Amino acid sequence: MNFVVPDFYPAAAEIFVAVMALVIMLASTFARPIARGLAYTLTQLTLIAAAFITIFTMQGEVVYTFNNLFVGDLMGDFLKLLIYFSMAAALVYGRGYLNDRNIDKPEYYLLALLMTLGMMVMVTANHMLPMYLGLEMMSLALYAMVAFDRESVRSTEAAMKYFVLGSFASGLLLYGMSMVYGATGSLEFSGIAQSIHNQAANETVLVFGLVFLVSGICFKLGVVPFHMWVPDVYQGAPTAVTMVIAAAPKLAAFALAVRLLIWALFDLAEQWQTMLMLVAVASIVLGNLAAIAQQNIKRMLAYSGISHMGFVLLGLLAGVVEGDRHFALNAYSSAMFYAVSYVLMSLASFGMVILLSRAGFEAENIDDFKGLNKRSPWFAAMMMFVMFSMAGIPFFVGFFAKLSVLQAVVAANYFWLAVVAVVMSVIGAFYYLRVVKVMYFDAPVDTSPLKAAPAEVRVLLSANGLAIAALGIAPQALMSLCAYALLASL
Amino acid sequence: MTDIPFLSLAIWVPIIGGLLVLATGSDRNAPLARMLALAVAIAGFAVTIPLYTGFDPGTSAMQFQELSSWVPRFNINYHLGVDGISVLFVLLNAFITIIVVVAGWQVIQDKVGQYMAAFLIMSGLMNGIFSALDGVLFYVFFEASLIPLYLIIGVWGGPNRVYAAIKFFLYTLFGSLLMLIALLYLFMESGGSFSILDWHQVPLAIQPQILVFLAFLIAFGVKVPMWPVHTWLPDAHVEAPTGGSVVLAAIALKLGAYGFLRFSLPIVPDAAQQLAPYVIALSLIAVIYIGFVALVQTDMKKLVAYSSIAHMGFVTLGFFMFNTLGIEGALIQMISHGFVSGAMFLCIGVLYDRMHSREIADYGGVVHRMPKFATFFMLFAMANAGLPGTSGFVGEFMVVLGAVEYNFWIAFAAATTIIVGAAYTLWMYKRVVFGKVTNPHVAELEDINGREFAFLLVLALCVLGMGLYPFPFAEVMHASVDELLRHVAVSKL
Repeated sequence: MNFVVPDFYPAAAEIFVAVMALVIMLASTFARPIARGLAYTLTQLTLIAAAFITIFTMQGEVVYTFNNLFVGDLMGDFLKLLIYFSMAAALVYGRGYLNDRNIDKPEYYLLALLMTLGMMVMVTANHMLPMYLGLEMMSLALYAMVAFDRESVRSTEAAMKYFVLGSFASGLLLYGMSMVYGATGSLEFSGIAQSIHNQAANETVLVFGLVFLVSGICFKLGVVPFHMWVPDVYQGAPTAVTMVIAAAPKLAAFALAVRLLIWALFDLAEQWQTMLMLVAVASIVLGNLAAIAQQNIKRMLAYSGISHMGFVLLGLLAGVVEGDRHFALNAYSSAMFYAVSYVLMSLASFGMVILLSRAGFEAENIDDFKGLNKRSPWFAAMMMFVMFSMAGIPFFVGFFAKLSVLQAVVAANYFWLAVVAVVMSVIGAFYYLRVVKVMYFDAPVDTSPLKAAPAEVRVLLSANGLAIAALGIAPQALMSLCAYALLASL
Repeated sequence: MTDIPFLSLAIWVPIIGGLLVLATGSDRNAPLARMLALAVAIAGFAVTIPLYTGFDPGTSAMQFQELSSWVPRFNINYHLGVDGISVLFVLLNAFITIIVVVAGWQVIQDKVGQYMAAFLIMSGLMNGIFSALDGVLFYVFFEASLIPLYLIIGVWGGPNRVYAAIKFFLYTLFGSLLMLIALLYLFMESGGSFSILDWHQVPLAIQPQILVFLAFLIAFGVKVPMWPVHTWLPDAHVEAPTGGSVVLAAIALKLGAYGFLRFSLPIVPDAAQQLAPYVIALSLIAVIYIGFVALVQTDMKKLVAYSSIAHMGFVTLGFFMFNTLGIEGALIQMISHGFVSGAMFLCIGVLYDRMHSREIADYGGVVHRMPKFATFFMLFAMANAGLPGTSGFVGEFMVVLGAVEYNFWIAFAAATTIIVGAAYTLWMYKRVVFGKVTNPHVAELEDINGREFAFLLVLALCVLGMGLYPFPFAEVMHASVDELLRHVAVSKL
């Protein structure tokens, strides 16, 4: 057997992050006294360095390596950069929070880095196996992070729930993969696509496999009917971890959807579109309705996240109209733009929760935001930006995200979908407005000044809020980046 | 024409000025915030004056156009321009902003900077609505203007303000999101253009026309507001602070009516013609039924709010008869209503600041203590009732004449408003101002001070001036209205 040395160059960032994870593990074992600061600093430096490596190894065309297990393309690179960014931001937000609760341990950063690596593998996989490995790496690290506050019963319960349901979803995904393999004889995405295109695959087995794959993707995105874990995990996990779950994994799940559904199973688009349609409508309806009833802001944001992911699916399903692929790029890039905007908004919203929390106090009820305008007009305005942006009101980025997805849906002639989405958005606006209401219209209950949060959290949160407004005024750059990144990969 | 972008200035001077006012911070700097806000409001009005002086009434084309690309991905442009229909509203809006800033001078003592900033930013956004020629730009301003008004009602409003603010927001949002789908549909049908002027030329079959028309009808009908989606307005008016009510009545209600002229009539003319009888019916219900509803109100602000709905019913009635008198009369009515309803709310505000009650029953004999005020209030009440010589008469009279041309019985029904309107306004005036002083608090009232005198005087001059010599207003809109009617008469099928 010939052994060919693979081309390591496209995977330089993954290799670097993997090595650094080991370095941090060893360093924090041997340098116990300074381990916490060291692990944090090294993790952040690793993420920054990985970003540089990704930028420098970026190539215009699609490259395959490791026997076609690995693919390097612009979409992957772009998503990886966003993943570094959102992980780094979540770590900055979360550090003070973890410190206040005595769970600021080096292992946390190690897990975060392993999770990042898992997501990187997911977005660059060109084959079912690395895709699954990446997914499991991400998920296992996340389960441990959710349970990180081990004294807390709720965190442990959330982690258990997440683990059981997550393993179940992984099982579904694996089962689906095995069926697709059985039908097409290939685990590589292009091979699968080729086999389906040549009509060499057993249709029945294939469609069964598709159902399982879609279920797995839906679980990872956290959409109805695979959403049960979302509110409990969001609420139970320490807020710093909730923020991690709510941001980067959505991007990885988006990549999962693109690679599996569009790369491998594009010829089955008619089938998976119908499934996604049901799922998207159910998510938008249930997410928005259930969010209204929540008193806990983390739970509310969890349900709102479900409905936002429904919008991402709307973008994904509007790509092919009666066999016409003309709209594909437009629709998929709108979904990507939506996912990226959501990550920004979600980071900022949980950042606000962290800002208001302090040692021994979790600002997790909506009422804890009461009178924020009196306590800090600046951060009240930031939270207002986030809320209006999530509600899809201009001039904030959420408006353009909704506009581009709705545009794709209307272009695909799914008017009824657009109407459902819009009507539910109005209902959704109610709970966002309620947060603005408690901040601006109610008198503060807690009048202590917001001094607890460290300076970097305040700076980052301000930058995050302003970015939401700035992207709402000038969305073009991000929109065309998304379109450009996808264009190369379609 | 000069190259100075007056429309951009009209939009961005108040918005950026508003942000500066916001930067003055806490209430320690309240005097500074007030002075700065006044300066910004005056500057904002000053930059709109060239729009009138430089306006060419001879053409129906868009003037003072500005065009630059905004989001090329969806071909969204920053495209501004005004014609005879919209230019007056930009001026009216900038003018009312000054009045509102002055009116809130002493009354507002809490979060002064934020209050003033909200009004200034809203003023800029509403100028944007009136001058946008791009569908998305219009929509963006249309929705963004909800935010400041929501905060104004919710933060500085009355006891039931939360309910009113949220109701206001959700009603309008619902309508405008349906409009968004219509805009996206037109974007698709026009082959990828969001330009409103392009849409005027897009041919459409009758069924999509009707659907688009209905989407616009809901969006603008809620905003006008038309019966039966008017219920948010009395709540919003009653709970809003005086300044909020003034802006709401004088400007915000005009946005919906303006939308009919800019979108519904020219883009889907056949559907508009076909569905006109229904819109006319709704308008007549607003005029007659809401007029009677106004009659039984015991709260002054609610009474004026219902009277606003009735007056706006007149406006939509005028639009959908498709004749020059009707549309021009409706436009004049809109501007006049801006002055008159604004003034009515300010008068009620003057009373409320002293007595902290809006109940008609709490008053009586105000004239004995406040003769100057009673005189102004008299004038505005007469204008609200449509007395000849005041601005309220001109528009109503033109619409009724237009209606006679269209159908005598519709004109007859509409004309009853002149009786009902006089009844509810003057009866309210009588109960508040005349009679014996029964409430001891009324006996302690002080007449209006110099500041209040000033803004009421300015509005009184506007009401009288427009009533006696409406020509400058009608002249500006003539060419554009003719062009609009020509356009509506051509089928797009």
